[in-house]
Amino acid sequence: MKKYSYHVLSLLGLLLVFAGCGNQQGQGSSNGALNSSAAEKVYVAPGQQDEFYAFLSGGYSGNLTVYGLPSGRMFKEIPVFSQFPTSGYGYSEETKPMLNTSHGFVPWDDLHHPDISQTNGELDGRWIFVNGNNTPRIARVSLSTFETEEIIEIPNSAGNHSSSFITENTEYVVAGTRFSVPVPQRDMPIAEYKSNFKGALSFIEVEPEHGHMDIKFQVLMPGFNYDLSHPGRGDSHGWFFFSTYNSEEASTLLEVNASQNDKDFIAAINWKKIEEYVNNGGGTKMPANYAHNVYDESTHMGTSTMKKEVVTVDPTKVPDAVFFLPTPKSPHGCDVDPSGQYIIGAGKLSADLTVHSFDKMLAAIEGKKFDGEAYGIPILKFEDVLAGTVKSGGLGPLHTEFDSKGNAYTTFFISSEVVKWKLGTWEVIDRQPTFYSVGHLMIPGGNSRKPFGKYVVAMNKITKDRYLPTGPEMEHSAQIYDISGEKMELIYDFPTHGEPHYAAGCPAELLASKSKKIYRLDENKHPYAVTSPDQAKVVREGKNVHVYMSTIRSHFTPDNIEGIKVGDKVYFHITNHEQDFDVPHGFSMIGQNTSEILVMPGQTKTSVWEPKQVGVWPFYCTDFCSALHQEMQGYVRVSPANSNIELSWSLGGD
Amino acid sequence: MIVGSLLLLGLFKFPLWNIMLGAPQYPEPLGMNIFIDGIEGQNEFDIQNIDGLNHYIGMKTLPKPEDMWEFSVFPMVIGGMALLGVLLGFLGYFKKIGYQWFLLWFFLMAVLGTLGMYDFNAWMIDYGTNLDPNAIMKLQNPDGTPMSYKPPLLGHKKLLNFDAYSYPRLGGYFMFVGMLFTLLAYMIGRNKIKLNRL
Repeated sequence: MKKYSYHVLSLLGLLLVFAGCGNQQGQGSSNGALNSSAAEKVYVAPGQQDEFYAFLSGGYSGNLTVYGLPSGRMFKEIPVFSQFPTSGYGYSEETKPMLNTSHGFVPWDDLHHPDISQTNGELDGRWIFVNGNNTPRIARVSLSTFETEEIIEIPNSAGNHSSSFITENTEYVVAGTRFSVPVPQRDMPIAEYKSNFKGALSFIEVEPEHGHMDIKFQVLMPGFNYDLSHPGRGDSHGWFFFSTYNSEEASTLLEVNASQNDKDFIAAINWKKIEEYVNNGGGTKMPANYAHNVYDESTHMGTSTMKKEVVTVDPTKVPDAVFFLPTPKSPHGCDVDPSGQYIIGAGKLSADLTVHSFDKMLAAIEGKKFDGEAYGIPILKFEDVLAGTVKSGGLGPLHTEFDSKGNAYTTFFISSEVVKWKLGTWEVIDRQPTFYSVGHLMIPGGNSRKPFGKYVVAMNKITKDRYLPTGPEMEHSAQIYDISGEKMELIYDFPTHGEPHYAAGCPAELLASKSKKIYRLDENKHPYAVTSPDQAKVVREGKNVHVYMSTIRSHFTPDNIEGIKVGDKVYFHITNHEQDFDVPHGFSMIGQNTSEILVMPGQTKTSVWEPKQVGVWPFYCTDFCSALHQEMQGYVRVSPANSNIELSWSLGGD
Repeated sequence: MIVGSLLLLGLFKFPLWNIMLGAPQYPEPLGMNIFIDGIEGQNEFDIQNIDGLNHYIGMKTLPKPEDMWEFSVFPMVIGGMALLGVLLGFLGYFKKIGYQWFLLWFFLMAVLGTLGMYDFNAWMIDYGTNLDPNAIMKLQNPDGTPMSYKPPLLGHKKLLNFDAYSYPRLGGYFMFVGMLFTLLAYMIGRNKIKLNRL
């Protein structure tokens, strides 16, 4: 009897296996990763270069990663919110100020949503903006140096999640709060959340020439959770759309308590109206305390300033500026199609997508057809603004991007798939599985007026068996689909770094030719730079000793230093005199309580060492710079604190 | 004749010669343009980078204009020859002198040019063989003699990991064409006389 049931079980198992195979074959051409045409599509031969850049957020790594498409090769990890020993970012004296906040030095953040700067709604490739989710910050990364140039902290915000999306001429980078909090922060019972907490939506002005950021105003919205956002474009330029959840205003067990309302909202904000209101003296200047950190490419140095004021706007004080669009079931994605006509809400607890029409929204506002209000903000009637519903059959829609042919591509987290559907008819055209539990997806330019719809990258949250196992912790997986045809075709699968929440991509030619090769030594304005080796010196200022040091293949000038004492604080200011592409030099000192630094040609970086023990201690170049890299080393003699040995320095016995 | 001599003036604007150095790690080769009054990098920092590489094998740094007498004398010689050529051309045109003078100019220019090339080659030999005895890398030929790093006068040569290519550039081509013109002027002059005699 027992034996018999085993047989039945194994038979069932076999059936399942066959059923599985059948399903896969049923997906037809989708199973093409194994056929040679898929290989050819992603194969970038040695010496050849990729067609697209892809910037994938690093999530809890705090950094931004740069990949090539279609090869899936990783080119660089750009340190943004996290200390990065590879380059010394956040460890060098020049970059420590970049991680300063009102809470002091915060060496990490959770980087979520990259967005490339735009002009007239098209990618212009000047900068990429990213958000720090945990300690609310927005960073601007240069796309000529691929380095972080600026970080601004967002006051009155917490869980900076509906960020960092830009308007179509990069007028603003927008940062919305996920957590509502007391504004201003104060000591109060958590249970009094409802109607007391506020959700700040920050509009950060971007100075057109240098990209410098300044908070123009914060709209203090009701205490919901603001999840994701996207700008209007084309006719809807001037509006911004934010998805919300927890319109229940729960402060505990949100997974239940914030899932009770059948519909939450997409907030439509007419930022042009609010901008005008603020320009005419509207809004309240509120005391605040937030860091603004700027890195200067000519001094190679970051500075941090604390800002003390922010303009806040009560949305009910600006007529016809803010409306709520009812959207089913805790929407996550809030995406606007290339024409700017459709606002797609992805109700993550629903099976369907809700598409709002911008024109219908305007008409409803015109006709004042409201369905009540929430804290003084008019709620439009769901049916009045609805353009259509995509009945996909999938579960847990999260995020939508677009191609240039009127198609939309939505990820479904729960059913692990990408669904292609048609704008206007709302019919589903194709669906392909992802592996597994896909979060966001990215089409280069897919969040602009001009998408480059050749590939879509699906970024998954769960990896399991996709790659060789590496213990309990694995990198996340991503899949690339060819979307040039009617049906999507899975062509590649690659691991990503950290947790990519979102990505931005652009054609390679937009950036490749203007990518900087070296920093010019004759433009180096670092106060401790030495532009010629004969300026190298060591200067004592009390307990602080400044070493003005230069490097060229393959030596440091100077490389022998005496007269340092226990208890000194030694600043090694290293200037790399190379003016040749891709010849960095590194520096590290034994026993240093910090990381090495990697100094690019023409650049100056500073590394601190506080010697605690008497002796002769070596330092060396950490980058294999040349055939004589191993010889690129030196010694520092450390004498007792009361020693009388004079400071001296030399190279080659001179 | 006049046009031919004037073409020499191109040497003041365009490089006479060019040496390019390519290697696996230099997919974009380093290069130097040799002008009659100095040496410039093909790209802005090429001279610095060539010097940087050359220090491993103990080569002297590439000469600045003030380091070599040639860079002040060559412009005078070229300027003088151009002036002389124009003068001869005018005199020939107004039939004050015979066409043989054109040939004389051509030969003079050829002799000076050869001397210039000889000098250039001698400098390259010195540059490529007169190495710092404390050089980082002291390489030898299979026969035990010290390796020379003299770039080729014309054409390609393999120098360790580098492929060196040495060819005339626009200024140099102008000079050659110019000289050809003066030779043509001579031949046309001669043919005219012959025709007249017939």
